[in-house]
Amino acid sequence: MAKQLLKGNEAFAEAAIRAGCEGFFGYPITPSTEFLEHMAKRMPELGRAFVQAESEVAAINMVYGAVCTGKRAMTASSSPGISLMMEGISYIAGTEVPAVIVNVMRGGPGLGNIAPSQGDYYQMVKGGGHGDYFPIVLAPASVQEAIDQIGLAFDLADKYRSVVHVIVDGNIGQMMEPAELPPMRPLPKDVPEWAVNGAKGRAARSLSSIYIDPKDEEVTNIRLVRRWMEIEKNEVRYTEYFLDDAEIAVIGFGTAGRVASSAINQAREEGIKVGLFRPITLAPFPKKQIEDLSKHVKSILVVEMNSGMMLDDIQSIVQGRVPVEFFGRMGGVTPFPDEILDEIRRVNTNEAVINGQVRAEWLDRLEKLIEEGK
Amino acid sequence: MTQEYSIIISGFGGQGTLFAGQLLAYAAMDNGYQVTWIPSYGPEMRGGTAHCTTIISNSIIGSPVTRSPYAVIGLNLPSVDKYEKVIPAGGILIANQSLMNRELVRSDIKGVLIPANEIAEQLGNKQMTNMVTVGALLAHLPVLSVEALEQALKDHLPPRKQQWLPANVDAMRKGFEFAQEAVAA
Amino acid sequence: MMLAEKQTMDLIYQRPESLSDAITHYCPGCTHGIAHRLVAEVIDEMGLREKTIGVAPVGCSVFAYNYFNTDYVEAAHGRAPAMATGIKRVLPDRTVYTYQGDGDLASIGMAEIMHVAARGENITVIFINNAIYGMTGGQMAPTTLPGMRTTSSPNGRDVELSGYPIRMSEMLATMDGAGYIVRRSLHNPANIRKAKKAIRLAFETQEHGLGFSMVELLSSCPTNWKVTPNEALTFIADHMVPVFPLDDFKVHPAIANLKV
Repeated sequence: MAKQLLKGNEAFAEAAIRAGCEGFFGYPITPSTEFLEHMAKRMPELGRAFVQAESEVAAINMVYGAVCTGKRAMTASSSPGISLMMEGISYIAGTEVPAVIVNVMRGGPGLGNIAPSQGDYYQMVKGGGHGDYFPIVLAPASVQEAIDQIGLAFDLADKYRSVVHVIVDGNIGQMMEPAELPPMRPLPKDVPEWAVNGAKGRAARSLSSIYIDPKDEEVTNIRLVRRWMEIEKNEVRYTEYFLDDAEIAVIGFGTAGRVASSAINQAREEGIKVGLFRPITLAPFPKKQIEDLSKHVKSILVVEMNSGMMLDDIQSIVQGRVPVEFFGRMGGVTPFPDEILDEIRRVNTNEAVINGQVRAEWLDRLEKLIEEGK
Repeated sequence: MTQEYSIIISGFGGQGTLFAGQLLAYAAMDNGYQVTWIPSYGPEMRGGTAHCTTIISNSIIGSPVTRSPYAVIGLNLPSVDKYEKVIPAGGILIANQSLMNRELVRSDIKGVLIPANEIAEQLGNKQMTNMVTVGALLAHLPVLSVEALEQALKDHLPPRKQQWLPANVDAMRKGFEFAQEAVAA
Repeated sequence: MMLAEKQTMDLIYQRPESLSDAITHYCPGCTHGIAHRLVAEVIDEMGLREKTIGVAPVGCSVFAYNYFNTDYVEAAHGRAPAMATGIKRVLPDRTVYTYQGDGDLASIGMAEIMHVAARGENITVIFINNAIYGMTGGQMAPTTLPGMRTTSSPNGRDVELSGYPIRMSEMLATMDGAGYIVRRSLHNPANIRKAKKAIRLAFETQEHGLGFSMVELLSSCPTNWKVTPNEALTFIADHMVPVFPLDDFKVHPAIANLKV
């Protein structure tokens, strides 16, 4: 199939359909609404389920019901809507049923704004809902990657009976890029052995996240942790760019990562030995790879569209082996390549140091940038 | 050697800024370039300013946004005010004179003041203002020809809008001719 | 010589196939057990057991899935109608019902129940109204009667402070998407028979594709009302029925004419 110029949100939605999504349940919210609109048009055409729910709370519980039958189902929303869904996501995780949730992130906290952000890193990567569970989190950086990862998300969800979040910021949701959609996958005929679909010719089954005896809950928790360790072993994904001879490693995911790649191109023209490490799975996080990286570079620059959330994870992996510097924009501001280029130059000329002041020093520089009108 | 051209098209909502940017993106894609198109989105689109960024490159595009666009189509005065100062030397500014009350300031860029509304009205369709300015841009942009855009229109204009194809092409050609003469003058 | 007497035994009462043999955790005198049995009998009589998926709530009937011998899921508090929607939409030929209490349905799940009815989702809701939060130990519910003492209205529900009881059936009957909305009571055998017929008609409404159906059942909670089981049944008749009248609030014509 030839490449088409596709809008992020619409392309993800179509990719989900082609991956066999049989139920979509959502609620309008900018900047993810085109996802819902595409589903509203396409799902009924295909005889599949679409409901515009009364709230995100209802939407995620409709997903919960649909996936309990063994069918592939999903929702898509943006930050405040995802907060409302966290209850249902925890239930889905506790029931060990597969579900795919897309978060097109926007500026916050609170109502915030509708501009692109990565401020939901903690919420998405660390769980977000109550209780002991571990979602898989994919962070594509282009329309094509998002298309590919929606299919991957459904496969991983089924394989591990896990919640899979696909998180992008508003840039990728709203952007058009040439991309290729996968062919339509045939719908599976087999029903998973755990699914609840009417006890025809078999013993009745139930699906629940309740384990009233703490000992039973603990056994479930152990199963979830073991499964997570399996996921950590098998499913780490990332890309590298110009890292072979790099002395400075920039680490960024999603839009922040791809904006950094523009800055890296320019820095390379200036002769600076800098490369990019872009995690694709934020959970499981590429811990080993970043640990190895920290043994080969002189310094690391973390770039995010938040206050340095992934920075904390990277610092705990690098453990002071090399200086870890940080640059981020917040509140829905997307950094321009020149800002990151300046940061690369700074790290390259002033030998980066470890002084425990990374965040404070970044804030000082950021406030100066803002004063300059950037 | 990486060649990358970032183009911002900015104007009032309803002036066809987003479509003009998409059209450039389609033409670029069809001619083998890498391309990104990203709009301003949300409430600001409704009645306020609307702008989009199209980036055309011969290699993989990192940032889909830029602080200093190589080329700008400013369809109204606020857009020209905003972007005239950030275009790098040697860049392009197509400014819609119809909605301006000043001359261009920069002399180190290729600036074209074009009465796009009037040209479109003379052609009988004010809706084509955006296409007049796209034509003017093509006169100076090192990539993409009028023919490439014409083909993109044929291939990507939705069927219900195909009737407007000749008007779009006429407007683009008029803008192209105007911009060539403006530089010759 | 004596003639051998011919002896026969007729089976006149047994556990419906749709009920499991688990011993319930319900308190003595609680009417949940009766409601469970009525639902199971109807599912058996209609031959729906192997295509039924129940949705349990949070509340006293949180373990409903253990007591029914059908497929079951357990929803988050108040979200059973949303979960049922998800199931029904991807498996439209299955019989899907929720079993919810008053806190679950009329308080935290108010949005979900109103919208499931507005959409005319082809599901059935069994609504147990006992005017109190049972599982958490007897707090005021949205259906608690004015003046009724609960642990969170220790001086009796003061309508100035905490408003009035909500009549769900009356409200839901205004929805165009609803096909069958009635209120019944479980306080004596005559009413229990009527309740069973209503449950039957509610499931018939679903099987005939006539939209949303709900049977509200006035139920007892002797433990949290702090009365004996008998007093609890009397309380329903004397105090609940006047506030929550037993009536048909909406019956689709095709169901009104149905002989069951």
